[in-house]
Formats: sequence, C-alpha cells, structure tokens
Amino acid sequence: MLYAISMSQQPYLVVDRVAKHFGQFQAVRDATFNVNRGEFVCLLGPSGCGKTTLLRMIAGLETMSGGRIIQDGREISNLPPTQRDFGIVFQSYALFPNLTVFDNVGYGLHGRGKSAGEIAARVDELLTLVGLPGEAKKYPAQISGGQQQRVALARALAISPGLLLLDEPLSALDARVRVYLRHEIRALQHRLGVTTIMVTHDQEEALTMADRIAVMNAGRIEQYDTPARIYAAPATPFVADFVGTTNFLKAKMLAPGRIVSGGVEIDAPTPDGANPGSDLRICVRPEDVMVRGVGDGTPNRVDVTVEELVFMGAFSRARLAGPGGMSISADFSANLLRDHSIAAGARIKVALPAERLRVFAG
Amino acid sequence: MAATGFLFVALVLPLAMLFEKSFRDHDGKFVGLANFERYFGTPSLVASLWNTLWVSLLATCIVVPIAFVYAYAIRRTTMPGRGVFRALGLVPILAPSLLPAIALIYLFGNQGFARFLLFGEPVYGPIGIVIAQVYYCFPHAFLILSTALAIADRRHYEAAEVLGAGRIRVFLTVTLPGVKYGVVSAFFVVFTMVATDFGIPKVIGGRFNVLATDVYKQVIGQQNFEMGAVVGMVLLLPAAIAFAADRWVARRQVALLSARAVPFEPQKRRGRDMALLAFCGLIAACILVVLGVSFWASLIQYWPYNLSISLRNYAFTNADASGWSSYFNTLAMAVCVATIGCSVISFGAWLVDKTRGAEFLRGLVHLLAMIPLAVPGLVLGIAYIFFFNSPRNPFGFIYGTLAILVLNTIAHFYTVAHLTSLQALKQLDPEFESVSASLKVSVWRTAWRVTLPVSSPALLDVWFYMFVNAMTTVSAVIFLYGPYTKLASVAIVNMDEAGFTAAAAAMGCTIVATSAAAKVLHSLLAAWLGRRTQAWRAR
Repeated sequence: MLYAISMSQQPYLVVDRVAKHFGQFQAVRDATFNVNRGEFVCLLGPSGCGKTTLLRMIAGLETMSGGRIIQDGREISNLPPTQRDFGIVFQSYALFPNLTVFDNVGYGLHGRGKSAGEIAARVDELLTLVGLPGEAKKYPAQISGGQQQRVALARALAISPGLLLLDEPLSALDARVRVYLRHEIRALQHRLGVTTIMVTHDQEEALTMADRIAVMNAGRIEQYDTPARIYAAPATPFVADFVGTTNFLKAKMLAPGRIVSGGVEIDAPTPDGANPGSDLRICVRPEDVMVRGVGDGTPNRVDVTVEELVFMGAFSRARLAGPGGMSISADFSANLLRDHSIAAGARIKVALPAERLRVFAG
Repeated sequence: MAATGFLFVALVLPLAMLFEKSFRDHDGKFVGLANFERYFGTPSLVASLWNTLWVSLLATCIVVPIAFVYAYAIRRTTMPGRGVFRALGLVPILAPSLLPAIALIYLFGNQGFARFLLFGEPVYGPIGIVIAQVYYCFPHAFLILSTALAIADRRHYEAAEVLGAGRIRVFLTVTLPGVKYGVVSAFFVVFTMVATDFGIPKVIGGRFNVLATDVYKQVIGQQNFEMGAVVGMVLLLPAAIAFAADRWVARRQVALLSARAVPFEPQKRRGRDMALLAFCGLIAACILVVLGVSFWASLIQYWPYNLSISLRNYAFTNADASGWSSYFNTLAMAVCVATIGCSVISFGAWLVDKTRGAEFLRGLVHLLAMIPLAVPGLVLGIAYIFFFNSPRNPFGFIYGTLAILVLNTIAHFYTVAHLTSLQALKQLDPEFESVSASLKVSVWRTAWRVTLPVSSPALLDVWFYMFVNAMTTVSAVIFLYGPYTKLASVAIVNMDEAGFTAAAAAMGCTIVATSAAAKVLHSLLAAWLGRRTQAWRAR
C-alpha cells in the first residue's frame, strides 16, 4: 500500500535540464519540469521560443544536446520514437490523404496481433469517442478541418498511449471551431485520464485548457505554474507581458515596500536584491485599476485624466494620463462608466492596489 | 548508401577517369597540359570551338523568343485551341534529333523540293544545323517557359491596372520579372543542348565541324582517345558554365507567389488572340511539316527519281546488317532504363527526403544527382569507355552489353527524374514518418501504404520521361554499343552515313511511333491510376 502511494506521487514525466542547440543557436536551454499522471500541461510561448523543439525531444523526433527525460520511471532520453510510449497530433494533422478515416484511425493497430474484427471494433469505439461515428468511409479531404483534427486525435489515441502530445492542434482552425474543440479535447482528456502535453502560442487556449502552464521565451522556461498563478503572479516581466494585457510603469525604489513613479509614492512589494534608488518596473493589469470607493485617503491613489475611451463591448478600455508622463490602460465596465460619469476628458481618481502590483527590476 | 554507390560507379568515377586521361599521353604517361596545348595548337579543332559557340548562340536566340510567344499564347491568352497547340508543341520531343535533320535534307538538300527558299545557300552546314536545332530544342524551351508562365498572381495585374500602367508597361514590369528565371533557364538549357548535341551536326553539318562531331571523329574515326578526352573536357566547359549560371540565377529568384495568390485569369482580347493564333498555327504547321516530310520520305522508293510509295525502306536489313534487331535493342533498353531507373532514382530521392541521420550522405547524393544535367551525353559516353574498358575495373564485364547502355542512360537522365521524384515527395506532409514512428509502424510500411500510392502519378511521369529519352538518345550510346547491342538511333547514324537516308528516316519514324504510342499509353495509365488510387483527391 505504501508502495502504491509513493508510486502515485512520483511524477509521470520528468524533464530534467533538457537542452538543444543547433550550431551556435540555443533552441532550448535547461528546460526542467515534471508532469503528473493524468495532468494536462501546456507549453506556451511566442513562435521560435523552443516549445515545439522541446515537444519533439519528448517524442524523440529531435535528438537532445543535454539533460534527460524520464517517462514512467524509465529513462527515454536516447530512445528512438518507436521505442517510446506516446501518441502525437500535429498542427497539419498529417492524416494520410489516400487512406479513409477508418484506415487512418486503425493505422497503428495493425501488426499487433489483433484480428480485423477487433481492429474494426476499436476504430468504431474511437470514432464514437471523438464524435465522428458514420464518417469512417470518407477520405480526409472530404471532411472539415475540425473533423480532420478529431480523426488525428483518434488515430493518436488508438494505441492507448501513456502520453499524448499535441503540437498546436487547434491553430489551423477558425475561431468558433477552435473554442468548441478546446472544451471537447479537455473533456476527452479528463475522461481518459491520459497525461497530455500541448504546445500552443495562444494564451487563451493555455489558460482555459491546462492544469499547469510552462511559459517559454528564447529557449527558457520562464515560469511553470497553474493558469491562475501565471496570470495573477507572473514571475517575470515577459510572462506578465505575454499572458494577458499589462501596464508597465517606470519607477524607482525608495525603501523596501515603498516606490515612486511619476512623482507619486506607492506601496508595493519590492523585489529581492533591489536597493533604494534602483530602477524598477511596476506591472499592473488594466482590470486591476480601481475606481470605486477611491477617495483622498486611499493608498496608492493617482489623479489621472481620461484621454481616450475605446468601446470594446462588455467593457471599455481607457487611456489614463497621470502625473510625470505616466500612462495607464484601464478596463472599465459599462456599469462603472455610468456610475462615475466617466467620459473622455474627465479627471478622476484611481488607485493601484498594492496586492495586485508586481514589481520587477527595471 | 546504396544510392551513393550507384552514383559513384555510374557517374563520378567515369568522369574522374576522363579528367585524368586528358592529362596523359597514348602510353599512359603523365604529360600535364600537353594534350590541351596540342588541342589549342590545332587550328581546325579551335575553329570548331568557335563554330559551336556561335551556332549555339544563334539557335538559342531564335528558339527562346519563339517558344516564349508560343507559351505566352497558351498560358496567358484566350486563344482558341490552346490544348491542341500545347500537345503539338511537344511533338518534337518524341523524335531523335537526327530526324529533323534528315527531314531538312529532303526539304532543302541538294535534291530538296524547297531548296529555292535558301537562295542558293547550302543547307549542309550552319544553316541546316541551326534550323534543325531550333526544331529539336523548341519543346524543351516551351516546357520551361510554359511552367514559368503558368502561375501568376492576378492581384499584381489588378494593382498595375489600377495604377494606370499601359499594356506594355504591365508586360515589362509585371509579366517579365515574374518569368525572368524561366527565360534565363530556358536560354541556358537550350544553349547546352545545342552545344552538346551530336545527331544534328553529324547528319546535316557537312564539312562544318563542331565540338560534338570532333569528339566522335577523334574517338571513333582516329581512335585518338587522349584527344577525345581533351575535346570532351572542352565540351564540358560551356555546359558547366551554363549549369553554374543557371543555379546562380535560381538562387537569386525570389518567390513572387505567396500561398494566398489569386490565380491569373486571362481576359479575352480578339486582336491579340487572332494574331497569336496565326503565329502558333505557323509554328505548329512547321512542326507537322517536318514530321510529315520524314514520314513521307520513309515511304518513297528512291528520291527524287522514283516517287512511288512502299514500305521497302522499313526492311532495314537492306541498309544495315543488324536490321530490325537494333530497334528491339532500343526498345529493350528503354524499358530497362525506365523501370530500373525509375526504381533506383525514386528510391534515392526517398532516401534523401525521408530518412533521418547520415546528413552528409544525403547531401552528397543530392549534389551528385545534379551533376548529369551539366554533363553532355558524349562526354559521359567517352568517360564510360575509359572507365569500363579499363582492365582493372571489376565492372568491366558489362562493357559491350546492354547493361552498360542502360547504366549510362540512367545516369545521363538522372537529374530531371530525381528532381521530379523529390518534388512529389516534398508535397507530402513531413510528419507522416513521425506519426508512423509514434504509432510504432515501420517506415517501410508507411512508404508502401502511403508514400508510394500518393506519389504514383509522379513515378509514372518519371517512367515515361526515362523511356522516351532512352528511345531517342544517341550521343552517349554511340560510343558504347557492342556487336549485338546496336541501337536504333545508332543505326540511323550508320544508315545515313552509308547513304541510306530513306531507311534512316524510316527508323526515325519507327522511334517516333513508339514514343507516341508510349505517350498515349502514359495518358491512359495516368487516367486509370487517377481513378484507381487517387480517389481521395476528389472532394
């Protein structure tokens, strides 16, 4: 019993200081993270950040320059893809164009001592699972992009892999189908409990689907955490900027926990290692700029002028000009705009709540 | 590895041997550049170098503009009958280069019925060579330019029109830059073809010497292999320069067409269409006349004295001891070349594109596969003599057999077949192999189940390309045939030399008929294959 518990607490996949360089170029540097059994992890980053290279190294499609990868207690760092245990879905889906949906899904089932009947039953089961019963006889060119995507998923799942790898599986689809399939894939993954790693450059996709996100930049993992933590407590300016919208304000440190920006003194958590006088950057999300209940005595109060209001539907994005050239974007709901009669040109008081601020060395 | 080995035996080692041979004297002693000095000290040999250059340049400057207008009419206008003209424009490909030369002799030779058109100038010599070369090279220039003109972005034309550019300005600023590479490429390809072709100057050149006939005379006539090697090296030069220039231009060509281009749709313009129809009609008529004259010539008993029609000229034993056997040798060789060549070359292309690791070997195969394009058939032919005739060569036993002809012809036409296969493979998703690996399916099974069926139309094209070229080639094989492996194209040269011009024409027509039959078969097979294995392409 004790053994079973310790087994279940051991991460399913360990990626340990994995590196890849092409000549002088460092595509991936010291990537380290663990994935628990049944977890859904997203590798998120801009194009060229090394996320796809990292995924391909986990699959064995790319050789590693350093580090090691352990899957289910077995070191797989130098194994060819055929000796690893994974299913993969590519951005292009890579469906075999000359084979029917049925043959595509059943492609990996041949040569495993299964009878034709068993294979047919398994393919039917998978097609039902991804919501495509009755499409088995069609060719990939005859079904929609969203359907192709699901066929590719069914094909990858056919061999019951321990690890499912998804390389930008949704980016070739139009927006509506994409949102729908996000939920579909997530629900399916939950139901099957298959450990999954997905590469994406779409932060919304990562935030809505993942249990944990590894945000990558220039070959490095900048932060590995839950979506909520990534959003609320970005570890680096890059993460703050890449995930969600953020204001960056120039500031100087006065004392631990006290800084000044545009002549306004503000309480904020100063970073370790910063000294009074050193340059800092405050990072605040537009929706965290407070208007309700802000009076003269509110801490971190800033007097601003509304320079511009851009209607965005459910809310409006305001450009606020503060003292000393300070410029802040803030999101105000329609409700708030009415209650406080905020319009372009109005002078208002806002507050930057200390617990919502992230401060980085600038 | 296998592909590298093949290319080394069939291409690199023979050429290396030729190179080495040109620096040795008759007894095999190293003499440095002495052979070259002797070559450039012989006025008649140097004269043929100049002859080759200006004749090639002239023929090229005639054929490229004609082919451009012809291709433009087919690709960029609404001229009626474009499909028919396209097919007719490609007809000369089916014939060996010797055939138009023979037809020209009937038309403009000493007894020719259209001799008055030359105002007393003899057709034997540069005039005949240039006309025949224009005929022979036309389809090649046409194909290249037609491909270049096939794709255009309509938005470029719309933008130019909106900005108020006139038709000529649009042509100069939009059309020409878009096909610049095609034009340059056609220029170099034609120049190389003319400079290295052997059949035409042999038949119609008279006493006008060019490099290609010099090689033949030195090697076959005077058994002067060293001088043959030197001329071969000289012949390699223009071809190599053209090849290098072509690569250089290709690298500078920027892709003008993005994935989101809107295809160009030609507008109807009556005046232009009619003028081009007249032009294309004239060209097509010339093509048909030359072919018709050869056919007619092959049926006439004894020109110009007995004009009665018979099939007597097709009884080749009267003109050449090997009779019909040379035709069947050619047929056997062409089938072998096409089948073996198609397998070897497409497998090589598959290795280059689809396997992982061994980066160096794969790059090497690709590089070597480009060389044949720059090596004239004659040069490859002599190189084979040196290499396979050498007593130290373990492959020497194939000398004088059909095998050496097959090997040589595959090597000679390797490049285009390699590029066609490679292009077909590149159209496949590169992740097919990765998916197979994740599903633990072997690469061989994926090659068999997916790669092969999907690229089968391209393989069929390669097979047909190799077949027709093997049917019509003469330049390399003329050095390599043995007593029992004489080929039809060689028989044409021999019969023409012996004065049996009608029989030579008859053999030429037999080759054309075979190539044409193969072409028809190819179309039928392609259609059948389309229904059979390409059902998935339909939406």
